[in-house]
Amino acid sequence: MAKVLMKGNEAIGEAAVLAGCRYYFGYPITPQSELPAYLAKRLPEVDGVFVQAESEVAAINMVYGAGSAGARVMTSSSSPGISLKQEGISYIAGAEVPCLIVNVMRGGPGLGNIAPAQSDYWQSTRGGGHGDYRTIVLAPNSVQEMADMTITGFDLSDRFRNPVLLLSDGVLGQMMEPVNLPEPNDYDINSKKWALGYRGNDKNERNLCSSIFLDNDELEEHNWHLYQKYQVITDLFSKGEYKDFAVEEHLCDDAEIILVGYGIISRILKTVVEKCRKRGIKAGLIRPKVLWPFPTAVFERLAKTASQFLVVEMSCGQMVEDVKLSVDGKKPVFFFGRTGGTVPSDFEILNEVDKLVRPD
Amino acid sequence: MSSKVERIILAGFGGQGVLFLGKVIAETGMHAGKNVSWIPSYGPEMRGGTANCSVILSENEIASPMVTVPDTVIAMNRPSVTKFNQKIKAGGMLMYNSSLIERQEFRDDIRLVEIPANEIAEELGNPKVANLVMAGAYSKFSKLITFDDLVACLPSLVKGAKKEMLDINLAAFKKGFDYVEEKKYMFGRYVYSVFKGI
Amino acid sequence: MTMKKVFSRPASLSKTPFHYCPGCDHGVIHRLVAEAIDELEVGDRTIGVAPVGCSVFAYDYFNFDFNQAAHGRAPAVATGIKRTRPDSIVFTYQGDGDLAAIGTAEIIHAANRGEKMTVIFVNNAIYGMTGGQMAPTTLIGMKTQTSPYGRDAATAGNPIKMSEMIATLESPVYVTRVTINSVANLMKAKKAIYNAFKLQKEGKGFSFVEVVAICPTNWGKKPADSHKWLTENMLPVFPLGTFKDTFGVEKSA
Repeated sequence: MAKVLMKGNEAIGEAAVLAGCRYYFGYPITPQSELPAYLAKRLPEVDGVFVQAESEVAAINMVYGAGSAGARVMTSSSSPGISLKQEGISYIAGAEVPCLIVNVMRGGPGLGNIAPAQSDYWQSTRGGGHGDYRTIVLAPNSVQEMADMTITGFDLSDRFRNPVLLLSDGVLGQMMEPVNLPEPNDYDINSKKWALGYRGNDKNERNLCSSIFLDNDELEEHNWHLYQKYQVITDLFSKGEYKDFAVEEHLCDDAEIILVGYGIISRILKTVVEKCRKRGIKAGLIRPKVLWPFPTAVFERLAKTASQFLVVEMSCGQMVEDVKLSVDGKKPVFFFGRTGGTVPSDFEILNEVDKLVRPD
Repeated sequence: MSSKVERIILAGFGGQGVLFLGKVIAETGMHAGKNVSWIPSYGPEMRGGTANCSVILSENEIASPMVTVPDTVIAMNRPSVTKFNQKIKAGGMLMYNSSLIERQEFRDDIRLVEIPANEIAEELGNPKVANLVMAGAYSKFSKLITFDDLVACLPSLVKGAKKEMLDINLAAFKKGFDYVEEKKYMFGRYVYSVFKGI
Repeated sequence: MTMKKVFSRPASLSKTPFHYCPGCDHGVIHRLVAEAIDELEVGDRTIGVAPVGCSVFAYDYFNFDFNQAAHGRAPAVATGIKRTRPDSIVFTYQGDGDLAAIGTAEIIHAANRGEKMTVIFVNNAIYGMTGGQMAPTTLIGMKTQTSPYGRDAATAGNPIKMSEMIATLESPVYVTRVTINSVANLMKAKKAIYNAFKLQKEGKGFSFVEVVAICPTNWGKKPADSHKWLTENMLPVFPLGTFKDTFGVEKSA
């Protein structure tokens, strides 16, 4: 298939269709509105269902319903809308229903503004709603990855019966880059034997999707069951088949200072690394592509060789805490952030690097 | 202008088609086998005096798609000049729509190219194609896309357009390109710096 | 001589004993739902959505697939299920706190979209599961945990009439209010619930049955007294009747 120049938001929509997703429920909010607009047009072409819900709360609960009935289903929003969805995400995680949730992050707290931000890292990687649960969090940094990770996200969510969050930001959502779209995947709605409405001959008992366990022992058993599932997922990303998928390393082997960033920031950091190298500064880049489970191992390994780390985020410092946990005090971890919708320039980051490597 | 990468900011007011102009250049770059990126004006400045987008054409993989120091600014209205003039790389280019922007005290370390885009578009009978006049003009300077690339890419950009519309788009490209060629801006790097002080 | 079986458990009801308080109407209303589904022979393709409230465990009492939704969200969940499996019979079973307070947006918009589902709305003017707090349908002057001086319209508004509200929308095809305070009314309620599911089976649209019910425990009354109180106090505020019947299902039956 030839490359297509697409917006990030549109690439997610097309990739979802190609992944067999036929159900979208959402509510308008900037800067993700191109995605519902794309699917409102595209889904009817493939006999799919697009519903503009009355709220993000309703939308995520429609996702819960469709997911529990066996659909490949998605919703999308931007930060304030994702806050509203947290109730539903908690139920979906508790009932172990697969779905894909896209957050095209904007600035907060509150209404904040519509400009790009990365200030929902904590909300995304710590569950987000009430209760002891996790969502798998994927962090693309290009329009191509917006498409690729949409497909990976559906696969992971079905495999683990767990919600997957695609964590993007306003720049990635709005920008256009060439995309190679994959071949379409035929998804069979009757492939999930646990789903409501499944009618295979092997169905003996009725199916139930629920997150209520009123008995203490039953809930504790369910909580540990979820925890064990999260351990399996963590292993898969730290040493299993998704090990290489989870993190990108760039010129780290001999690096004295390692820059750390995800999403759009990682692209800017790559330019900073190039500029550093031209100036004789041995800089490298770690880009977590998966934010939960966090790629801890790469930091443990590189903390032995690098002298220091500089984490750059469009927030006041959120992922930096996971980096510090991973580096575990072995090397200093510094932070540089811009917020309010300002994307830091390569020059100001380079200036920060200068201050660290040439403190005089 | 480096032959490996061209960073462009395109700016104007709403309705001048600067986002589409950026898309034309980016899509042409993609069809010509280059790496490309396009980012619209977005965020706090969305409701300001200008709409703009950033485009990168590159022979290598594009690391940061953000354009902080453009090689070229294509300005369709006066506020765009005010906003981006100082950001242009020394030795870079300001290509501006002289139908709406008067000569003024410009920087003397950049190449100035004035294109009366509105007038040319009106001569063609459609003021809306002023943006495409600029695309044609830019292709004369670019080391990464050619006029022929623009022409080849056009059908995929205006899918389903009628033949008359395609023809007028092509004519706009051509007029922009020819205008540059006739004025021989190529050879007068700082040709309009003489107007400094006017 | 052979014995004729005149009473048995509907096939759609499970063997799990109800956990409801003595005298509670939920058990009877569950049975009416099960009977309608049996009579329409759709038990093998019915999917229920349980709410938050006393009927949070509704899924335990029926033999078909169930989703347990968040408080008030059952109509949104049911929308997702019905859109995914349009040949299923999908219903929600909700109380007054669930449907008329926290889930007002979801019920109004599911109704307005004309989702081809059935909603059974049990209105007993009080929050049962949480221990007797004021509901949107609590009567003026009625004392509850959170209206200890009686509901005051000046500060807590008036009882909200969901059937009347939903009947103002164009999309719903059947909106009716029933009760089970007498045998005659019970038979009418049974017929209404049957009609609601029948319309869904025929793909006609959104059907809504409000059942005015008692809550002896939280009302602090005996079951028999509760029905008397319901008749004298609730029915004047929540009059029985059919507010919308687009396809004339009641006449055709």
